[in-house]
Amino acid sequence: MAVDKFPIEASHIMMFARSVGDDNQIYFDEDYAQGTEPGSIIAPPTFAQSSAQFDPDYFLRPKVGEPWFGSGKEPTGIKRDSSGGGGGGGGGGGLHAEQHFEYHRHIKPGDVLTATVKPGETWEKEGKRSGKLVFSETVTEYRDQNGELVITARGVGVRTERPVDQ
Amino acid sequence: MALKAADLNVGDTYTECLVEDLKRTQIVQYAGASGDYNPLHTDEIFTVEVAKYPSVFAHGMLTMGMTGRMLTNYVGDGRLTKYGVRFTSQVWPGDTLNSTATVESVDDGLVDLKVETTNQDGSVVLSGYAQARVD
Repeated sequence: MAVDKFPIEASHIMMFARSVGDDNQIYFDEDYAQGTEPGSIIAPPTFAQSSAQFDPDYFLRPKVGEPWFGSGKEPTGIKRDSSGGGGGGGGGGGLHAEQHFEYHRHIKPGDVLTATVKPGETWEKEGKRSGKLVFSETVTEYRDQNGELVITARGVGVRTERPVDQ
Repeated sequence: MALKAADLNVGDTYTECLVEDLKRTQIVQYAGASGDYNPLHTDEIFTVEVAKYPSVFAHGMLTMGMTGRMLTNYVGDGRLTKYGVRFTSQVWPGDTLNSTATVESVDDGLVDLKVETTNQDGSVVLSGYAQARVD
């Protein structure tokens, strides 16, 4: 996702680390972190994905005044045709197939990143459990406040013809 | 507590239990922290009735995040240079996950690892690789 300003904040890192069940003190205790090799709080390896919080248009976040496809009175707030749940995440929608990170340095509170996205390749495959699969790749470059490349991320999404058989 | 190249051998493994009996609330926590509020992960009614899955399921990135914890506990903080995965099977509430890193090569101050996370049935839910700086 393209993001103009992704401020790296200590409380966000703490909450993210909690959510992946990681109680390593380096993610919340600055005094402890000063005595470690990195020398400060750093972000866990997959934290860059939470740049979604700073993408104003991120489609998987409910927005004020806009319909949302999750349930309320009805099982979905958006009526669609038979293509499934919609929003890129429904039964006929998109799933995350691959994710790759290259770390040029580890990010820390105080960094302010920008993320630029380049589309990558698209390819198709016939799946046994979900019909035709369409894969598409995006490459996201995260740069810091000095314009230095800090993380290169490559994601692959897949759209399935039908929900994956269990 | 970084790894020392001299202590590492091809085939060495490191394993951690990532989660026992994954709770829906942890998936909610991950949605809130990551910003990915796709109802497929937190909204049972939508997921069952509209998307036609048996229940909500974890974000792939939650499994990758938990697997990342195993990696940083093994290689040390701030040591990873590469980490990539394929999500090979869905992770459901109630799942218990174990993850293993296996040394594939040690060269030039870097260790290359094969990474695999499996569920309680032995199915691989995530497979990938990592690379880290070693002393």
